Amino acid sequence: MSIRMLPGMAAPEAGAAYARVKSPGLDTTHGAILYLEDITVSFDGFKAINKLNLDISVGELRCIIGPNGAGKTTMMDVITGKTRPTSGSAWFGQTLNLATMSEAQIAHAGIGRKFQRPTVFEHHTVFENLELAMKMNKRVMTTLFARLDSAQLGRIESTLRLIRLNGQERRLAGLLSHGQKQWLEIGMLLMQEPQLILLDEPVAGMSDAETARTAELLNELRGKHSIMVVEHDMGFVTDIAQQGIVTVLHEGSVLAQGRMEQVQADERVIEVYLGR
Amino acid sequence: MISSFPVKQGLFSRPVWCAIVACTVQAALLPLCNLLFAEGHALHVSAYTVGLVGKFMCYALAALALDLVWGYTGILSLGHGVFFALGAYAHGMYLMRAGQAAGSVPGFMQFLDWKSYPWYWAMTEHFWYCMALVVLVPGVLAFVFGYFAFRSRIKGVYFSIITQAMTYAFMLLFFRNETGFGGNNGFTDFRTILGYSVTAPATKAVLFLLTLALLVAALIGARTIVSSKLGRVLQGVRDSEARLMFLGYNPLWFKLFIWTLSAMLCGIAGALYVPQVGMVNPSEMSPANSIEMVVWVAVGGRGTLIGPILGALTVNGLKSWFTAALPELWLFALGLLFIGVTLFMQKGMLGVADSVRLRLARGKPAEPVAAAAPAEEGA
Repeated sequence: MSIRMLPGMAAPEAGAAYARVKSPGLDTTHGAILYLEDITVSFDGFKAINKLNLDISVGELRCIIGPNGAGKTTMMDVITGKTRPTSGSAWFGQTLNLATMSEAQIAHAGIGRKFQRPTVFEHHTVFENLELAMKMNKRVMTTLFARLDSAQLGRIESTLRLIRLNGQERRLAGLLSHGQKQWLEIGMLLMQEPQLILLDEPVAGMSDAETARTAELLNELRGKHSIMVVEHDMGFVTDIAQQGIVTVLHEGSVLAQGRMEQVQADERVIEVYLGR
Repeated sequence: MISSFPVKQGLFSRPVWCAIVACTVQAALLPLCNLLFAEGHALHVSAYTVGLVGKFMCYALAALALDLVWGYTGILSLGHGVFFALGAYAHGMYLMRAGQAAGSVPGFMQFLDWKSYPWYWAMTEHFWYCMALVVLVPGVLAFVFGYFAFRSRIKGVYFSIITQAMTYAFMLLFFRNETGFGGNNGFTDFRTILGYSVTAPATKAVLFLLTLALLVAALIGARTIVSSKLGRVLQGVRDSEARLMFLGYNPLWFKLFIWTLSAMLCGIAGALYVPQVGMVNPSEMSPANSIEMVVWVAVGGRGTLIGPILGALTVNGLKSWFTAALPELWLFALGLLFIGVTLFMQKGMLGVADSVRLRLARGKPAEPVAAAAPAEEGA
């Protein structure tokens, strides 16, 4: 199934070079959209993150796995400005230091995060949810007189198809299943056109069929967006990692990194997952 | 595919439009029947009825204004009476001066030994200046009050209590004779408006028709706003303000916009009310009055615009009947009505009508039930 391209987006090819994805307004000349350098976060002496180094390329779909308490959510909090690193620096593109920016500034600069629990507008239709999320001037008067033009309608339409909710755009979001709400949430994230998408456990609480469809969805986004997925579900990670890099976090730093089958074969990874 | 997108919807469905037109025409006939047919004629409508319906329509306009903030934005105001009363007082200032002989001040000022009008009465002999005050005074008060309340993220019941306190404070202020608005007697004894007698049937008919026209215009205007994208943002404020901020909207300005607009509409309602009722006094600002407004909206069905209008007409109709037939029971009836609506018909009269329609539609499976269950299509 092919998706209609969003305007201004490079065509995806099988194994397309990641660097083809444009990141307007963000200096990604060296190909990295996110670069974490020696990040340490300590809460009263406990180091939730310990000298973490991680970089994500433009257009990459990176999976982050790790046992409970590995620091996955704390890392997301650092990237979105919710938590300040005790030391180290976090770079978005070449020039933006996330450690010095507020949450709102970071969101505005183009990092979108999907939380674990879906929070769609339940009394609005699917269509209206996407419309509200769409990137545009969000002041009072422009909102009052806003009319959707055909390009914007096209964007909503292609997003609807992408998140498998086409034909259901008139449904109230509150009537959707849990999985559909998660997809709508991802769709709303896409409508905001973030440069980097952070997904925190996107398949938590989903049925097997929904999980499989979410994997399909993320595979379609591969190469078109820079995405970071944090997930527990190993089967799901195997489905979406494909030949991409999987990072295993353990006790606040990177334990192993590589293709899925490589990290799965890694002795240390097996030990932290199974050894206790 | 795109043609099925819900972007181009009419403001109201065809039957609703028909009902609005029919009601408007019928209401417009009331003052005409009063003027054209002599007393005793079968088609004669008494001046009392015309005055009563005119007053109810002012209440309906206030209820509509309240629905914009409560029904759509989730801000429960228990102090909208203050905006209504300020609009009424602003118009009342003109009416008081219009009835005075040149160079004299109204009786209540003579009692205070004031020889001339105080500074804040300046220019009020001009009709259009007072009409500007009708919207500006409630508007500015609402803007300033709303700015500080919303900026401090005061929400829910705390906000409601503060609005209640505000209207109470204004009532106490206006009760004082030294405030210069006639103390507890307020304004009354109006004589002329723009040179015409306030009590003449023709003037009353014009005021009635003006109220009707503004009510219908406000309904259409409010409907336009709530079905715009701004309306959907307002409903987002009501349902999940935090999520909306996450999408890049600043709820402060959206709330302030609708709150101020609502206060202005309420001011207009008050201004229309004064000449038709012939008086305004500080009891309009009593907390009970504002709560009664909330009851109208709840009874009619909040978040529907038409519901609050019907609610205001129904409750006030009941009130008129009760206060004539069983005056001592009215407050009990009002209380019971509110409890009943809260417990058994949370969506008000329109909600009940909707569920009846749904049940009828279900009873006839042969007919397409698209209107009743749009959610199921294309699943």
